[in-house]
Amino acid sequence: MQKQKELLKVTDLKQYFPIKGGILGRTVNHVKAVDGVSFTVYEGETLSIVGESGCGKSTTGRAILRLDEPTSGEVEFDGKNLLAYNKKEMNKIRKNMQIIFQDPYASINPRHTVRQILTEAMEIQNSVPKNERNDRVIELMETVGLGPHQADRLPHEFSGGQRQRIGIARALSVDPQLIIADEAVSALDVSIQAQVINLLKKLQREFKLTYLFISHDLGVVRHISDRIIVMYLGKIVEIADKKSLFENTMHPYTTALLSAIPSTDVEKKKERIILKGDVPSPIDPPKGCRFHTRCPFATDLCRTETPELRTADGMLEGHMAACHYMEDIKAGKHQPTTV
Amino acid sequence: MTSAPNSYENILELNDLQTSFFTKDLEVKAVDGVSFAIPKGKILGVVGESGSGKSITSLSILRLLKEPGKIVGGEIKFKGENLLDKSEANMRKIRGNEISMIFQEPMTSLNPTFTVGQQISEAYKIHQGLNKKQAKQRSVDMLKLVGIPSPEKRVNQYPHELSGGMRQRVMIAMALACNPELLIADEPTTALDVTIQAQILDLIKDLQERLGMGVLLITHDLGVVAETCDYVAVMYCGKVVEYTDTKTLFKDAKHPYTVGLMKSIPQHDQDIEGDLAVIRGSVPSPAEMPKGCRFAPRCPFATELCREKLPDLVTDEEGNQIRCWIYSDEWDGDPEVNVHAETERTTESY
Amino acid sequence: MFKFIIRRIIQTIPVLIGVSILVFSMMHLVPGDPAQIMAGESAPKEQVENIRERLGLNDPLPVQYFNYVKDAVQGDLGNSMRSGRDVTTEIGARFWVTLELAIYSTVLAVFVGLIVGVISATKRYSFADTSLMIIALFGLSMPNFWLGLMLIQWFAIGIDLPSWVPFINDTSWFKPSGWGSFAQVVLPVVTLGTASAAIIARMTRSSMLDVIDQDYIRTARAKGVKERVVIYRHALKNALIPVVTVVGLQFGGLLGGAVLTESVFAVNGMGKLIIDSIRARDFPVVQGTILVVALLFIFVNLAVDITYRYLNKRIDLD
Repeated sequence: MQKQKELLKVTDLKQYFPIKGGILGRTVNHVKAVDGVSFTVYEGETLSIVGESGCGKSTTGRAILRLDEPTSGEVEFDGKNLLAYNKKEMNKIRKNMQIIFQDPYASINPRHTVRQILTEAMEIQNSVPKNERNDRVIELMETVGLGPHQADRLPHEFSGGQRQRIGIARALSVDPQLIIADEAVSALDVSIQAQVINLLKKLQREFKLTYLFISHDLGVVRHISDRIIVMYLGKIVEIADKKSLFENTMHPYTTALLSAIPSTDVEKKKERIILKGDVPSPIDPPKGCRFHTRCPFATDLCRTETPELRTADGMLEGHMAACHYMEDIKAGKHQPTTV
Repeated sequence: MTSAPNSYENILELNDLQTSFFTKDLEVKAVDGVSFAIPKGKILGVVGESGSGKSITSLSILRLLKEPGKIVGGEIKFKGENLLDKSEANMRKIRGNEISMIFQEPMTSLNPTFTVGQQISEAYKIHQGLNKKQAKQRSVDMLKLVGIPSPEKRVNQYPHELSGGMRQRVMIAMALACNPELLIADEPTTALDVTIQAQILDLIKDLQERLGMGVLLITHDLGVVAETCDYVAVMYCGKVVEYTDTKTLFKDAKHPYTVGLMKSIPQHDQDIEGDLAVIRGSVPSPAEMPKGCRFAPRCPFATELCREKLPDLVTDEEGNQIRCWIYSDEWDGDPEVNVHAETERTTESY
Repeated sequence: MFKFIIRRIIQTIPVLIGVSILVFSMMHLVPGDPAQIMAGESAPKEQVENIRERLGLNDPLPVQYFNYVKDAVQGDLGNSMRSGRDVTTEIGARFWVTLELAIYSTVLAVFVGLIVGVISATKRYSFADTSLMIIALFGLSMPNFWLGLMLIQWFAIGIDLPSWVPFINDTSWFKPSGWGSFAQVVLPVVTLGTASAAIIARMTRSSMLDVIDQDYIRTARAKGVKERVVIYRHALKNALIPVVTVVGLQFGGLLGGAVLTESVFAVNGMGKLIIDSIRARDFPVVQGTILVVALLFIFVNLAVDITYRYLNKRIDLD
């Protein structure tokens, strides 16, 4: 793999949300939504973060953009430390990093026409001269597959898929380098979802975009990503290039997650691993490995010692997982401890 | 099941069911002549995207539609008797007793002001006339059956004290309380995470086998259908376009919509080179419903015939049903058309 | 729950301090010298000075406030300047009259408001719904002193109507003034309760409409629950949650409304006491009455909060 430019580097990112309580409304505890997450996004790639609700994937995206101020850690974008920026500088840099949300309708002003929505971002960033903005709007709409005649319509006149195209056009309007897509296709019907995924891939080719793609859908993630991060309860459990993750799965959680997804392949009878119980609360996450309460392979070591992300023998460079027993499980030497 | 008045093979049979929503100057035909059957003790999956009418169909069966929705025609035969002929009082005796229903949103489907126990007990009190104490005991048993740990404690808790997966288990416990012969599950796992979805689907399948009930599973997820259902009905714009057993559907889907749907879903267990196959355009709005085949405007194979005339749902000798001109003698397009291969090449969405 | 009540009670302390400061400073915010006002405009200087000394007005303000609170806590709110009796006694009996009036009105308003609201919501857009909501709008917009006068005119004094109009011509049912007997209580209670009933009805209607569309109502129906039970057991309990807040606020409003109502019906309650005292510039009584009303208001809000918590299980009790 050739050495690529690091566009976004996240180091030991933590996001704790305080819980108020007691007679005086003091902070009594924290929701540890993201608890020490580090990764790098290279220019031009699609890095996905997958995980179930409450794993911290969306919080990570929001913390990077400082939509919620992170508790600690470092976020470097293009070599610059974002957390050191003041509000004004931050707004300026946001031109280079845009976000697309799950529900496009909730993130756009319902009383603004498409034209207004698209020019607004250009105005704020002052990235396009005034007299060129109209042409730019038409160009953007054509880019995302909307007709120029629709420029003066209101968001409610569009279908869900078209609204997501508006959201994408708005993100593109300021020529960003990085787009964070937070469950951007999750709310769409499958036939529309495919259209939007194809569009995102096309835009990436055309504009050399970098994606941080946050999703719970491993099918979509497999199709769109170069590399994938799997999160569980605020921590990364596995990070790998796509091929390694799906074909050389190391972490028992990733294995369980993959096996839980219903497959349309009716011929292949696969072995299902059904995890017991629910994801524990991020307020008091389990000690040691956070997955030990549901992991079929857990031992006392897992209950006391937090495993670090590491590359074991037989794993490609850049493939890391956080499990004490991953080699032994893989080799069949470590059997499930619970039935 | 000792003294059924009629003999019947199918626990549920819909014949040409029509449900419409009436606005001031428009009749929206949400369910437009739907027919399918669920054999006793089998699971039928109904798949379709939003606007296909699948959820309205399920609500119509229990006659739970709200204004301005109205069943305007057809038959709903449950154990051989037409539910549309029943009085409201008789319907109430069937709801939650012989036919139960679970819904998509476990978060909002339970009443926040009553305990889990109170809500399950209610079914026992209404349909079996049990007293408070008996009903509560049965509720605890039921919670145990659906795999809720420490049910004696959970029975006194309120819904907000439970996780989403737990709440859906409570919904299932409530639905199965009176041993229904038919369970309607409307997107029961859509709001849940995959690992929890696996638990819930497993539970529904297990209970279905043990209790021998029929299940109508409404979903948009073809994977869920493949793993749980015996039969599948694919709906599009208020009509069934294809009905077959699950194996056949996933091996040899016939309708261009079904094929398009399957090819457009990225799978976690296989790589797709290049772009995904897509279905062009979007679902037509009720006001501009095409007069021919509802799918014609989006169908890569549509001909003049498709655009002009609505095809019938035709049953072949194996009992599979298809609503498409391609498989009829009247087909005026390429006689050698290969739906699967052609669909793969449709990647441009506009 | 117990912990919550304790916390809620502790939280009222700053409110109490605020109220006492406000009431206390009233004396000092009035233009001119209170001692002079008390003594009368033409009183000699020594007399004013005397009053000043007697009331402790020469002390620094914090000391005055401290003394005021100390006395108030012991139930000593000073003496009325009109009657000379102590304020606590002056308020005493009248307090219960006003409380009765407010409670009866609230009960009436809640009873009528809930029934009307539920009927309106379950028969949305029907003739009954529309008419009830129009009536409610009238009830809401009508000033209560005017309503009071009309009620007296129609039901207690009588107007010239053809003899076949029932009821109204028989004026012996209700009395236009005083307090105590049923005949005296009905008209003021109706006068005071009407606006609240209208507000509660509208609130209940919208809250019910909201709840009726919830998924859990559909769940109840799918269980085979009778429609009546769905409405009154499953829906109403949830719909009450916002209504309770409104009832609490209304009760506070009723205490204010009582001032006018008591005047119209010559009911000897705190409202009338306030008016009379303000007219007579009887400051200690005005102060005392306001303090008592404020305390009552705080107490009612506390009760409302607790009820709210009881109904709304979703709020974590600790």
